[in-house]
Amino acid sequence: MILMKKYLKKKKREAAISWKIAKKSKTYYLFLAPYAILFLLFYILPVISSLFLSFTYYNVLEPPKFIGLQNYINLILADDVFLIAVKNTFLIAAITGPVGYMAAFLFAWFINELPRYLRAFAIVIFYAPTISGQVYLIWAIMFSGDAYGYINAFLLKLGIINAPILWLTNPHYMLTVVIIVTLWMSLGTGFLAFVAGLQGIDKAQYEAGYIDGIKNRWQELWYITLPSMKPMLLFGAVMTITQSFGVADVPMALTGFPSTDYATQTVVTHLIDYGSVRFEMGYAAAIATLLFVTMILCNKAIQAMLRRVGT
Amino acid sequence: MIIRRKHLRRRKPNRSKAGDIGIYLLLIFFGLFMAFPLVYAINSAFKPMDEIFVFPPRLFVKNPTLDNFHDLLVIMGKSWVPFSRYIFNTVFITTVGTVGHLLISSMGAYVLAKYDFPGAKTFFNIVVVALMFNGYVTAIPNYLIMSKIGWVDTVWAVVVPAFASPMGLFLMKQYMEGIPDALLEAAKIDGAREWRIFSRIVMPMVKPAWLTLMILSVQGLWNTKASNFIYSEELKTLPYALQQIINGGVARAGVGAAVSLVMMIVPVTIFIVSESNIIETMASSGIKD
Repeated sequence: MILMKKYLKKKKREAAISWKIAKKSKTYYLFLAPYAILFLLFYILPVISSLFLSFTYYNVLEPPKFIGLQNYINLILADDVFLIAVKNTFLIAAITGPVGYMAAFLFAWFINELPRYLRAFAIVIFYAPTISGQVYLIWAIMFSGDAYGYINAFLLKLGIINAPILWLTNPHYMLTVVIIVTLWMSLGTGFLAFVAGLQGIDKAQYEAGYIDGIKNRWQELWYITLPSMKPMLLFGAVMTITQSFGVADVPMALTGFPSTDYATQTVVTHLIDYGSVRFEMGYAAAIATLLFVTMILCNKAIQAMLRRVGT
Repeated sequence: MIIRRKHLRRRKPNRSKAGDIGIYLLLIFFGLFMAFPLVYAINSAFKPMDEIFVFPPRLFVKNPTLDNFHDLLVIMGKSWVPFSRYIFNTVFITTVGTVGHLLISSMGAYVLAKYDFPGAKTFFNIVVVALMFNGYVTAIPNYLIMSKIGWVDTVWAVVVPAFASPMGLFLMKQYMEGIPDALLEAAKIDGAREWRIFSRIVMPMVKPAWLTLMILSVQGLWNTKASNFIYSEELKTLPYALQQIINGGVARAGVGAAVSLVMMIVPVTIFIVSESNIIETMASSGIKD
């Protein structure tokens, strides 16, 4: 009882102190206020209300009706397409995530060794797919199902195939195509952070490492380069997770929506299906919540992994 | 001096020649893979109709022509809403969104980077988590919020949320942490108020970060179709209108290629111009444990 009282007293005092500091820092709050208000309104409130909606049945016309965990139960037990979507999303994320992440780092690392002007040029080439918006639609022509598609024409000419392959409508190939295109545009912001991080490493460290007996570029990478850019690696990881779990535009644009046999249905396209086509908002919100929780867990796991780099 | 430079250049101890060659080959191979669709897009935009449908397909254009751009202008001239309106909408959304984003996130980033006040750390951590939000995940509640405020079918539904994009605040804050505290204290001793310090000292010092925020914001807004929020034809954006043109089918293939080129040229040019500044900002982008 006494302990409790003491604890409460301490807490009270702490609260009083922070309140005093807060009063003193009025100007700071004023500076932050415009951003904070908009951020809470358009980024945090949607997530919270999505969480709330996920426990309801809501079709926009009638007010939301509380149905407990029913949405989640239906998702996991009754929705076969959702399970396909989960499988596809994990497959895409498991391939494009690590591969894209490592590719972004390796390319940044290789490019960093180039002479200055060549380096600037190479950065543009590798980053351009990420910023050029909808240019990935070009891949629809590359993978076009008739003999006019570049890939088909090329393979026909080499004699590898003797009839054009329907890359974008045959469930056998669709997911592969989506993965290739996603990888193509996946270098992203993480890549830039890596390039920048590499340039910021103190050159003296490498000299010291040489004296300490580092023999080749791989040892240098593991013992000096990677540990010095852990913060960028974390940032890149966040970007990669966002990208690889959020794949939706590419499959929708290339393989249609919904795709043949749901072969390229992802969690996000499933969400769009229920949210914008069927107007089952509560159900869509449940999908969004599950996706978000998965992304956060993934992020935590990767952070734990990155802490062990260079040891 | 010359001798010294030679000495420096030779001091790349941990590199084998075979490895260097391997890396160059890898870079060239993947560089081609990355560049191929872009090269294709640029070439097709200048191809006459008969070259687009030639079999077997050819990558490079033989008789370059501006026909596709000419056709694009003709189609634009015939559209129901004057085409300049779409261009105006997108330019308006992009400019206002970017300027507002720059100002509002810089103000927030400044106090988060330079002062410690209750709630600051928590707030920033939430922003870092928000980097992971995907536009589709928040689309539905966002729509509901917009309709509550009455912003559906206005440009504000696109512009105002862009002000608070978490990525901008994050990069700006990380970059501003590099400003020496002593500088701010000196200004305070001279009697400058916070706003003056922010606008006269801090903002001019973070110009590289401005450009980075600009490119990221422009890239997002320039490509936005805004089809979730905007229904009136006269408020539709350029990418939306261009999408309609591409959807015209095979006969529009050449025009479609011209459209892709037009859409891509703006962000890519801005990136090329501001590349070195962007990289400088990104050098401070890391997330500290």
